Amino acid sequence: MLEIRALSKRFGGLQAVSDLTLDAPAGRITGIIGPNGAGKTTVFNLVTGVLPPSAGSIRFGGRELVGRRPHEIVRLGIARTFQTPRLFRAMTVWEHVVVAQNHRAGRGPGLLYRGGTLLREAQAALELVGLWEARERGAASLPYADQRRLEIARALAAGPRLVLLDEPAAGMNPAESAALLGVLAKVRSAGITLLLIEHDMSVVMNLCDRVAVLNFGQMIAEGAPEDVQADPVVLEAYLGRDS
Amino acid sequence: MLSDYHQTLLLLTGIHVLLGWSAYLPLATGQLSLGNAGFMAVGAYTASLLTVQQKWPLLPALVAGALLAGLLGLLVGLPALRLRGIYLAIATLGFGEIVRTFFLNFELTGGPMGMRGMSGTTLGLVWGWVLLAGVTFFALTHSRLGLSLDAVHDDELAAELIGLDVTALKVGAFGAGATLAGLGGGLYAHYILFIEPGAFNFLESITMVLFVLLGGMRTFWGTVIGATVFTLLPDLLRVLQDWRGAFFGALLVVLLILRPWGLLPRGTLRLGLGRLAAPSG
Amino acid sequence: MLIQQLINGLMLGSSYALIGVAFTLVLGIFDMLNIAIGEVFMLGAFFGLTLVSRGVPFVPSLLIAMVLSGLVNLVVERFAFRPLRGAPPVIPLLSSIGFSMLLQDAAVNVWGPERTQFPPSIRVVSFEVGPVLVSTVQIAILLTAVVLMATLHLIVRRTKIGRGMRAVAENPEAASILGVDARRVIVTTFFVSGALAGAAGMLVGLTFSVISPFIGIEIGLKGVAAMVVGGAGNIPGAMLAGPILGIAEVLSVAYLGAAVRDVVVYGLLILTLVVRPQGLLGAVERPRV
Repeated sequence: MLEIRALSKRFGGLQAVSDLTLDAPAGRITGIIGPNGAGKTTVFNLVTGVLPPSAGSIRFGGRELVGRRPHEIVRLGIARTFQTPRLFRAMTVWEHVVVAQNHRAGRGPGLLYRGGTLLREAQAALELVGLWEARERGAASLPYADQRRLEIARALAAGPRLVLLDEPAAGMNPAESAALLGVLAKVRSAGITLLLIEHDMSVVMNLCDRVAVLNFGQMIAEGAPEDVQADPVVLEAYLGRDS
Repeated sequence: MLSDYHQTLLLLTGIHVLLGWSAYLPLATGQLSLGNAGFMAVGAYTASLLTVQQKWPLLPALVAGALLAGLLGLLVGLPALRLRGIYLAIATLGFGEIVRTFFLNFELTGGPMGMRGMSGTTLGLVWGWVLLAGVTFFALTHSRLGLSLDAVHDDELAAELIGLDVTALKVGAFGAGATLAGLGGGLYAHYILFIEPGAFNFLESITMVLFVLLGGMRTFWGTVIGATVFTLLPDLLRVLQDWRGAFFGALLVVLLILRPWGLLPRGTLRLGLGRLAAPSG
Repeated sequence: MLIQQLINGLMLGSSYALIGVAFTLVLGIFDMLNIAIGEVFMLGAFFGLTLVSRGVPFVPSLLIAMVLSGLVNLVVERFAFRPLRGAPPVIPLLSSIGFSMLLQDAAVNVWGPERTQFPPSIRVVSFEVGPVLVSTVQIAILLTAVVLMATLHLIVRRTKIGRGMRAVAENPEAASILGVDARRVIVTTFFVSGALAGAAGMLVGLTFSVISPFIGIEIGLKGVAAMVVGGAGNIPGAMLAGPILGIAEVLSVAYLGAAVRDVVVYGLLILTLVVRPQGLLGAVERPRV
């Protein structure tokens, strides 16, 4: 579904991403791991059009993404969450999932409330992450783990075929991570492809079908989670740097 | 029946409401414009030229003036996208001054001597437009579009990444604000019967923002309150006549310190466009 | 003729440079724009005028006007900036605009709205230097501007407070950990900024001989232009951009007519913001949270 080919990104003197080739096959969960500063979030920024690549191509469902503006890419079917939650501070939980549907609401009357299908989908997104009960609460008042779940719900409400999750389990305790696993499994069974950056190895091992390892902007290993975990090159990368 | 004097005050209040809303719209998308007096001038002079020299009826002239101001707003709004916060404010300030200087030298509109001969603004006309705009704002408040604007205001990047065309929304808000300012300008010109470039200065621009601030910044109808207070207060407190500028300047400072509309969360200049109720089912 | 224009532009520009530095000093360190500086400039002119009219000699008048202006700016800091620490910079900007309105109106009520003149005791003597006509006042302005900016440069580079300013500018958290007294730095910076503006006001008042309570806005905006064109937060940048803008203004009046005077400066401001936002010498990079 997502095909990254020879992707590179240079910031002045720093090569953040170097000749990366990576696939996120449809219906699967692909993980990206690597030490801090390995360029993982940069890859997400490149895919979503927030940053232009220095070289390479990113194809989604056969379409080239490079050169498109972020909102166009989202409308093609990609959504994402952020390393630290970027919520709409003054909106309620419910409003988050509604506004994420706006790009699908069409122009004109669609911009007024349309009841029915769209709003039911918004409700479904909240129910999937378990925030339906909290729908009237202000987003800013949510505890941290719930904020992360809201971000996921918002991404889902945008109606994507691929969701990019940037460290979804960061800052969660084991109980919350386990709940997150459940949520992501439900997302997968809804037919949505996932590409996630993660440090929490329990999430990676339990969830991902394939894992790619990045270090210094380059892919140093790729394969099934068990194989990657045992790969000496990977171990050295982690041991040689603070994780 | 209200006395002539009170009718005048009410009329002015209505115009101020429109001008306040012209500042409110860009602010709702996080853009502080300190140059709306420039759009007001464009609307005022255009409408005046049309009625006085081309003998147009007032209503089409007003609309033409507003649309021209709006068009200019779109043109300015586009490069303005690159700017944030104080730099945007400064750039719009400069723009407003450039417009004023333009009219100061534009022979067709009388240069520094200004234009006269306009007439026709009535209380009903002004408040008719206010009502129309108010209904539109109300609809906006309860619409998905309103939520989109809120999203842009709160976090542009996140808004972009849920598929919202932030550029179009920001430029659109900027242009719509300019249109309202142009409308207010046209109405003002045909009320005051004589306009000159000095009336459309930086102080005018900041006063429009003051209407929004006085009204609490959280709602569009707050601006109505702000404009009303600003227009009526000096009349109620005679002593303010000479010290008007000082009073409102000090009021602005005090308001920003006290923030009676509640503490602004860090990083936002929150302008709520209304809540969206979730279904109970 | 061209040389005369250049000289005139240089003189005009040195006042823009002073205001530009006054702005850039505060912006570079605290990320705040204090638009009330324009009115402090105007008040400096009026303070100077009042003193000179009472017979106080030029230099003491200038110094007292500078001190008073610095104090006014401290009041602005106390009410427009200190209580709003942590808010996005637009909010204190709005508050400083409120102060502008307040100060301007106060000046109108105290000194009257008409234009006033500096008394003839400090009269302008012009003399020729080669093909060029220069007045003593213009020289005084240039010299004073140079001295002030050199002094500022020394303060910022060599003294403890100056080092504190630079530390806070680069990294506020680290600076406070290292014991830099932020309060002191802030107060000093605002005072110096106000004093500079007041000096510029008095000097410009002398040059053009006519002042009014309404000159603040225009000079404020042109000072901001000098700041932006030179690079926000960059002191040498403002010092460079001021004369450039002054010369551009004078030349455009000479060759294009008086109509475009302000447009050229504001146009350069907007052009810089849109095309090269970092200005001529580069803006100060502050990590934004």
